[in-house]
Amino acid sequence: MNKKLLLLAGLIIWLGTEGFSQKNPVADVLIKNAHVITITNGTLEDTDVLIQDGIIKEIGANLKAKKNIPVVDATGQYLMPGIIDAHSHLALEIINEASSPITSEVQMRDVIDPFDISIYRALAGGTTISHAMHGSANVIGGQNVTLKLRYGTADPEKLIMEEAPRTIKFALGENPTRVHGIGKNLQPRSRMGVEAVIRNGFEEALQYKRVWAKWEKDKQDKKINSTPPKYNSRLQTLVDILEGEIIIHCHSYRADEIYMLIQVCQEYGIDKIVFSHVNEGFKVAPELAKYTMGASVFSDWWAYKFEVYYSTAYNAAILTKNGVVTSINSDSDELIRHLYHEAAKTQRYGGLSDDEALALITINPAKQLGIDQFVGSIEVGKQADLVLFDKHPLSIYAIPQITWVDGVKYFDRASDEADQRLKINVKRSPDPFLLSTGTHNCMQDVDMLFTENQHY
Amino acid sequence: MKAFKLFLGLCFLLLNQGLIAQIEGEVIKPFKANFLLTNATIYTVTNGVLENHDLLIENGLIKVIGRDLPEQNHTIIDCSGKFIYPGFIDGGTSLGIVEINALRETQDYMELGKVTPQMQALTAVNPNGVAIPVTRVSGVTTVLTQPRGGYFPGTAALINLNGYTPEQMYGGFKGVNMNFPSAARSGSYDNRSLSDLNKAAKESLKEIDELWEKAATYLSIKKKGGELEYYPEMEQISKVLDKELPLLIEVNAAQDIISALAWAKEKQITPILTGVAEGWKVADKIAAAGIPVITGPVLALPTRNSDKYDAPYNNPALLQKAGVKIALRTMEAENVRNLPFHAGFAAAYGMGTDEALKAITINPAEMFGLSEQMGSLEEGKNATLFISDGDPFEPKTQIQQVFIKGYRIPMTNRHIRLYQEFLNREMQP
Repeated sequence: MNKKLLLLAGLIIWLGTEGFSQKNPVADVLIKNAHVITITNGTLEDTDVLIQDGIIKEIGANLKAKKNIPVVDATGQYLMPGIIDAHSHLALEIINEASSPITSEVQMRDVIDPFDISIYRALAGGTTISHAMHGSANVIGGQNVTLKLRYGTADPEKLIMEEAPRTIKFALGENPTRVHGIGKNLQPRSRMGVEAVIRNGFEEALQYKRVWAKWEKDKQDKKINSTPPKYNSRLQTLVDILEGEIIIHCHSYRADEIYMLIQVCQEYGIDKIVFSHVNEGFKVAPELAKYTMGASVFSDWWAYKFEVYYSTAYNAAILTKNGVVTSINSDSDELIRHLYHEAAKTQRYGGLSDDEALALITINPAKQLGIDQFVGSIEVGKQADLVLFDKHPLSIYAIPQITWVDGVKYFDRASDEADQRLKINVKRSPDPFLLSTGTHNCMQDVDMLFTENQHY
Repeated sequence: MKAFKLFLGLCFLLLNQGLIAQIEGEVIKPFKANFLLTNATIYTVTNGVLENHDLLIENGLIKVIGRDLPEQNHTIIDCSGKFIYPGFIDGGTSLGIVEINALRETQDYMELGKVTPQMQALTAVNPNGVAIPVTRVSGVTTVLTQPRGGYFPGTAALINLNGYTPEQMYGGFKGVNMNFPSAARSGSYDNRSLSDLNKAAKESLKEIDELWEKAATYLSIKKKGGELEYYPEMEQISKVLDKELPLLIEVNAAQDIISALAWAKEKQITPILTGVAEGWKVADKIAAAGIPVITGPVLALPTRNSDKYDAPYNNPALLQKAGVKIALRTMEAENVRNLPFHAGFAAAYGMGTDEALKAITINPAEMFGLSEQMGSLEEGKNATLFISDGDPFEPKTQIQQVFIKGYRIPMTNRHIRLYQEFLNREMQP
């Protein structure tokens, strides 16, 4: 009887997770005669790419597709992998949980806003994946979520790239010291305090881990009097970082603070760390190359606050030439629409080659997010996140024409229409003119603490 | 091997980048001489493209453009395979009047009060702002720098990006800025109702009209030689009424643009409209009024959630095709260097390269009444120009030499010096 019940329960659970769960949409398509910019294997001229069930099935000449598979004639056009943004706040309702210098327990996957029109606009700029991050108010912020921009669903879950590993936001420098130190008179008030917050956090996590280990051992030893320790999601997340299960993406600007965190990570045996913004990364490029998963930078942002005053637009070029895995990110709902152009700026500022420049927005951010086995280049077996340009994507005159995610077409310039909000919500909502078109940023939701300008 | 690498690195810097490697102790500063630029492809803007032509710079002016010009004590710059363009003009920035935007101590673009038309942007221009050399090596040689905030934030000034004093930088145009009262929401946080917004806009316009009347009275007393108290606000607005200074009206939402056109007609002035984000919706009306427009940034988000994603990219082209004279602006401070890319996007999205080029050269020059001096490559005009190895809208292109009023500009700045210093660090981890 018990066995039967168990079987039934098992069946119900299986149906719940597998049988009834809707898979994300995938599609088939054959793209003919494109200049195929593979990123990892050069550019293939007059080449076809066959996509089946959302996966790149074949790359070659004169490919034949089964009947009913849509064919796109891309003669003279440029096909590249979908653009990946390693630092974005797109499609998030809330960005900062600014209540404590450490908030590792919060998760951005809980605040995804599938209605955000910016998702469509990013697709129209060839972006297919965005790393939706917690803000930079806290030294150790919340856990980020990697999104596939499957616009058109009202279900937040459908935007999540489930294959992506866990990542977490750290932030150094002016933002956490301003929010907590100046805003609340709490540590950290200085870059010394930022280091202390991280070390205290890691040490507390190690204690927590020991307490649990002791209880597990006691249980094994059948010590009946031991009670389980209290679960603490904040500390457990820090333990997971120390055990290498989570990639740190750290908001940082100055060389000194970058070097500080590299040293702390070395001490605690952490090697899964990517530095973000990292405007002064060029000063510690050899260290970044040796000890980290790389740097994700702006193409040319500088001087908007003091800690980015001594920046250079040649940052990406210096980092790349020093062997750092480098990406260019947006941190902006506007910039995410033309990351191909941001990548092109590295050709003016440092003379990167076409392949080097395009790697900055494809395979390199994929590596930094731990998803390079799935996306970031055009290779057989990878997911069919692709974008087709009319001209070479690094040209100022290039216009994205079609964007696919998992083989499904989410943007087609030929059939683009006004008010894409209607794709999700058939009701027309009020649509005021916005003088300053708000773009999600790193310091969103903490502005009420200050009267000064917004800081990224 | 290391020496060879260093040598290669230097060659790379010198050849590919067109950068001048820094020599210790060397002082690099702009200098004036007679330069003969030979065998170039010259984009004159107003007289087409001249292949294999020479351009002679003397006393800060373009003396001659022709073929095989004779050499006489000139510094020769061989431009074979290269291109010469007039210096680019940004029609709206805060370059020079802010150093670090987050630091209030360095924000000199906003004065207290709603009515401060007499505040001079030129006064606050820091000729040694770090962003100035960062900007000019991109070929952007001249910018309108303007105050902001309130109804009449102050008076904008055109500056050339070379000089030791604001006066030496002054480009010969000033205009009074005005923010036209808007019935638009100022951002997504602004949740006032539509009727509240309209009411607020109406009240603001009433206040402006009262100011205007006051200025008219001021002007008539002044003209009749009557005695006037020191009243700098009225003095400045009355100059607009007297057509001594043009008015630059910042206006963006379509219905506000219509109101601004009607307002200008009523006041019998021909302003320059700035911003004009929704100009594409009312382009015919702006064209019919014969009023020029400085629009941008082009690389911007649409102003309504229902707009097509490319509305800001298309806006300059749609205005220009309707017959509106268009200049472009970045509204940047430290990143005015991106002006050629804003123009490039406008070009790609319908404007074409020729018109986009005009929008950052001859068009603003004409709007500012300076087309005799700048905005194209013609004999007798200022030698404000640059040499490039390709299309300057393309990011890949290198701008190799900039001249501002005949001064050869050092092709370096802090960004380039940091690159040179840190590309190959000596001490490795």
